[in-house]
Formats: sequence, C-alpha cells, structure tokens
Amino acid sequence: MARPFKEILSSGEFVVTSEIGPPKGTNIEKMVHHIELLSDKVHGLNVTDNQSSVMRLSSLAACHIIKDNGGEPILQMTCRDRNRMALQSDLISAHVLGIHNVLCLTGDHISLGDHKGGKQVFDLDSVQLVATVKALEQGKDIGGNELDGAVEFCVGATATPEADRMDSQLLKFRKKVKAGAKFFQTQAVYDMDMLKKFMEYARQFEVKILAGILVLISPGMAKYLNANVAGVTVPQELINEMAGAEKGKRLQKGIEIATRQIKQIKEENICPGVHIMAIGKEEIVPEILACL
Amino acid sequence: MAEFEPKLIAFCCSNCATSAANVCEAIGLSTPGNVDVVRIPCTGRVDILHLLKAFEIGADGAYVAGCSDGNCQFRDGNIKAKRRVARAKKLLDEVGVGGDRLEMYNMSASMGPEFAKMARKMTERIRELGPSPLRKK
Amino acid sequence: MIIAEQKPIQEIKSMIAGYQKVLVVGCGTCVTVCMAGGEKEVGIIASTLRMALKLDGKEPEVIEDCIRRQCEWEFVDELKEKIEGVDAVLSTACGVGVQALAERFGDKPVYPALNTTSMGMPKEHGFWIETCRGCGDCGLGKFGGVCPIARCSKGLLNGPCGGSQDGKCEVDKEMDCGWQLIYERLNSLGQLDQIEDIVQPKDWSTDRDKGQRRIIREDVKV
Repeated sequence: MARPFKEILSSGEFVVTSEIGPPKGTNIEKMVHHIELLSDKVHGLNVTDNQSSVMRLSSLAACHIIKDNGGEPILQMTCRDRNRMALQSDLISAHVLGIHNVLCLTGDHISLGDHKGGKQVFDLDSVQLVATVKALEQGKDIGGNELDGAVEFCVGATATPEADRMDSQLLKFRKKVKAGAKFFQTQAVYDMDMLKKFMEYARQFEVKILAGILVLISPGMAKYLNANVAGVTVPQELINEMAGAEKGKRLQKGIEIATRQIKQIKEENICPGVHIMAIGKEEIVPEILACL
Repeated sequence: MAEFEPKLIAFCCSNCATSAANVCEAIGLSTPGNVDVVRIPCTGRVDILHLLKAFEIGADGAYVAGCSDGNCQFRDGNIKAKRRVARAKKLLDEVGVGGDRLEMYNMSASMGPEFAKMARKMTERIRELGPSPLRKK
Repeated sequence: MIIAEQKPIQEIKSMIAGYQKVLVVGCGTCVTVCMAGGEKEVGIIASTLRMALKLDGKEPEVIEDCIRRQCEWEFVDELKEKIEGVDAVLSTACGVGVQALAERFGDKPVYPALNTTSMGMPKEHGFWIETCRGCGDCGLGKFGGVCPIARCSKGLLNGPCGGSQDGKCEVDKEMDCGWQLIYERLNSLGQLDQIEDIVQPKDWSTDRDKGQRRIIREDVKV
C-alpha cells in the first residue's frame, strides 16, 4: 500500500510526482503498463482530465486503476466539462473509491480540443473548485445541504512560474491558497531563475510547491512550447543544447536536462519537490528518478 | 455563331478614370463599345448594391475604376471601394454568378491608353467566362 | 446594441425556395447600426436572393421593406397589409424581431436572414465586439467595468487562467484576455483590493436557467 500523499507532503521528504495520460478508447494496456512502471517509484501519480480538451477515459476510472495497483493517485479535475453538481458528485465518488488527492484546474478551452463545437461549462472556476472540496470536507455541499458522510482530500492546484503577466497570476495563486489548496504542481518550468523568483514570493505561504518538469524530446518541441503554450518559456540555451545533440540522441539529451534541473531544484532547495511530465513517454521517468 | 460580346458596366471615378476615358477618345483610341461607363464622383460612393444590381439587370461583368493608391481626392475612397468590391465578389461567388466577373482597377487621369487596355482586358476575361449565368436563364 | 451577421445566401435561399412572393423586411435599429439588416442590407439580400433563385430557374417576386423596429408591436403592425400579400417573410432583424413577426402574423411563415450573435458595440468601424451576456446579475462594479462573464472566454470569476499570455486569450491571440483587462483597470483605479477576496460561485438562476426571463411591472402598465 502506498503512503498517503498528505503524509509525504508533511514528512519533509523531497516529493516526486508524475503523470499518466488515459487512453482515448477502452484499450488500457499501455496505461496499465505505465501505472505498473511508476506506481512504486513516485509519491503520487496524477491522471489528466480530458487533457487539452481531448475526450478520453476519465481521470476517476484511471485513478481507481492506480489504486488497485497499489499506487497513490492524484485526481485531476477541470471545470470545463462538469457543472457544480457533477463535480461534487465525482468528488464524493472519488472518496468512496479510496482516492484522496485532487488537483483542481480550470481546464483548457473546449475549442482547443477534439470537440470544438461542444458546450463548455465553467460553472465553477479552479479557486471555487478548491473551496468546494473544502466545503465537502466540512460535511456540506456548496448548496448548503448536509452530506451523509464527508469527504477527505489533500487538495492541490496549479501555478505558472513563467507567466509573462505575473501580477494577475499571483492574484489567482493567492486565492487558491486562501481557498485551501495545500500543494501546487506548476506548469512546466525551464528557466531556473524564474522559478527561484516565483518561489521567493510563494515561500511565504504554507503550501508545498512541486516544480513542473516537462521532458523535452526535441528542439522542435521546445520551439512549439514557446510559440503555443501560455506560461512556458524554454530558454534559447536549452533549445541550442537540444539541437546540438545528435539525431537519435535527443530524447537522451532531454532526459539529461530534466535530470540536471531536478538535481538543482533538490540540491539548492528551490522547491520541496517536482512533478515530472513525460507526455506519452512515461517509460523514461524511472531513468530520471534514478538520479535522486 | 457570332462571337460572344460581353456587356460590361464600368463604375468610373470622375477624377481619374473618367478623364482617362476622355483622354483615350481624344488621342483617337476607341474604348470598346461593349462597356457602359457610369460616372461617379469618387469610387468611395460605390455601394455593394450598385455592383450587385449591375449583374441583376444583365451585365456579364463589371469593374470599378478608381484613382491609384494614395491619390484619392477624398483621401481613401478608392480603398473603401476595394473592400466593397471584395465583399461583392464573395457574394457573387455565393450566389453562383462568380466573383471573377467583378474587378477593381486603379489608374490616374492621364492614363488614356491604359483605360482602353483595361476595358479590353476585362472584356477578354468575361469572354472566356462566357455570358452571365443569369442571362442564360 | 444587438449584434448580428448575415447568414450565407444559400442557407437563406433554401429556406424560402418554395414561395412565390416573399417580403424581405429590415429593422431600423440595432441591425442597421451593425450593418447587417437595415434598409441597405435588405437591398443587398433581396438582390442576391433574386439572382440565386433565378439561377435555380425560379423567379419569385421578392419585395423589400424596412421598419423602425421589429421588436415593438406599433412598428410591426405597419407591415400588416404588405405581409397579407406575400407567401413568406424573410426578416433581417435579430432573433427578437423574427419572433415578433412570427407571433404577430400567425399564418405567415417567417424566416431569419441573420444569425444574432451578441450584445455589444462597434469597437471601431467594421469591428463589433460582445461585451455583455445579460446574465441578470450585473457585477461590473466589482470588476472595474469589465465583464468577466462576457470577456473571459471561460467566464472565470477569480482571475485569469494559465492560458493567458501577453495579455491575450488562449483561444485567439487577437483576443484580449478579459482578466488582464480587469486587472489593469482595477490597478489603475487603485481598487485591486476589490478582487482579492474569493468570488463565490455565481447564482445562474438570474441567467437563462430559470427559463425565459420576464419582467412584469404594474407601475408602468397602461
């Protein structure tokens, strides 16, 4: 049995989480393989929620599978696809299934995904979702009605250390803390100086911040991130470093960079932990973890 | 069968294109007889409805002739006309008449020979396209 | 004002294809200002429609008119005689006008020539922008006069999402991030403290979620 994530967070250990992407369809073979590979190597395993607005197997179902495999799942919940009724209902369901960690996110806009004409919801926003979890923990839903049995969660949220308009992002960050978020997993960070700057501010709050490490697999990916993903800036030196690697050895270079940055974060005590994302290439995560 | 002679309507700015048409005549160049010139104070006055009506009443093609870029006496009438021609072309495509039957040209008052050339060029284009599908019906 | 834009002519054509005599009727208010359904646009729509139908081998009579407002009975009633003489009506008003005609002239089919898009204003000539969603519980006082429901693409109430970059929205790099506008505006007013507290989930019962919204006031009845 995995140790509860809540315990790890307060233990003072360097926290390591990673991420699983559910399949689009019923073939869970690859996902289960990734779960088996990572469950006992990380402190928590996130499952994305219709990531990038692409419809997939639910985060809840995948978290349940992680639980069955002895792992510690972190349920990602976005506000895009469910109204306050459905979100609360799923939170209760998660608790009943033994899932006690939740990461509250806004969610990408529906027009960025594979159901562009769908009606998005956003009945709640991420701050309100955090507050909703806290309300359910008090034994009441957000309509003020009594629950027959309260939920228990370790609640997290996200932050963007490399955002270009930091002031307004920090407003949101403060509100998430105020709403009751206990841990943060950040958007991918590549510029350690920007991460340090963010942490100088964030350290005043009693929350655990896990730096997002997204493994680069090619120089093209770095350029794509810079051009298309808000709040992510890959410095030119890293792009050059990736481009300098021989073809066929670029993934290895990406692993090397990720490893180096994780070491730096740990040794210089920049953040109390990291969240490693290797979208579609989860097999490489153990190799990165070996550095710790 | 005789060669198809397209009927064209030209909306000509009185500051440039109409003068060019006059120069054209003065120097003995003939403007094609198939082009009916509608003289307007500035191409900025051309409305999308004017352009559509030309086709509704049976023209095979139409064009707007305005001042060269930066030379409109009313500052940007020719630029506005260009945008309206673009919208009217789209509407004509949607309708099924074909946006290619409509064009915008720019010129200066002294360009008599060019005026005649332009009229012939548009006539050629429409001849290739054939009679307006509205006339065939 | 209400903002609308013209439907594709082929769609309009398919709606009225079977009728012999059609009245295209414009509205002299919002859709005139947004250049989608006023007198001038009635002319354009009627003209394109006549040509499109002719190409199909049909030559119905398409007549034109435009009234001051299609959303008030006193103006709508002016159309009585004309509408009696046609087989169908094509309204170039917003959805409100189309429904007013349909309700007033129960035995005539009425079709929309426009897609009604939003409530807003012309930001500049040829550029109309939505600024109000009519949620029924205006919070503009709190948000510095910039509506997060209408101007944030996700309608968020507690700050920008992570998709905000360079002050623009993740949906479209040409679209301002509503939350960045709110933040900057309150910052310049020295009122940022207004949004420091958590805004509670919105009560959507004033929106459409209680069904068609109605206001009944005895004091102004005649």
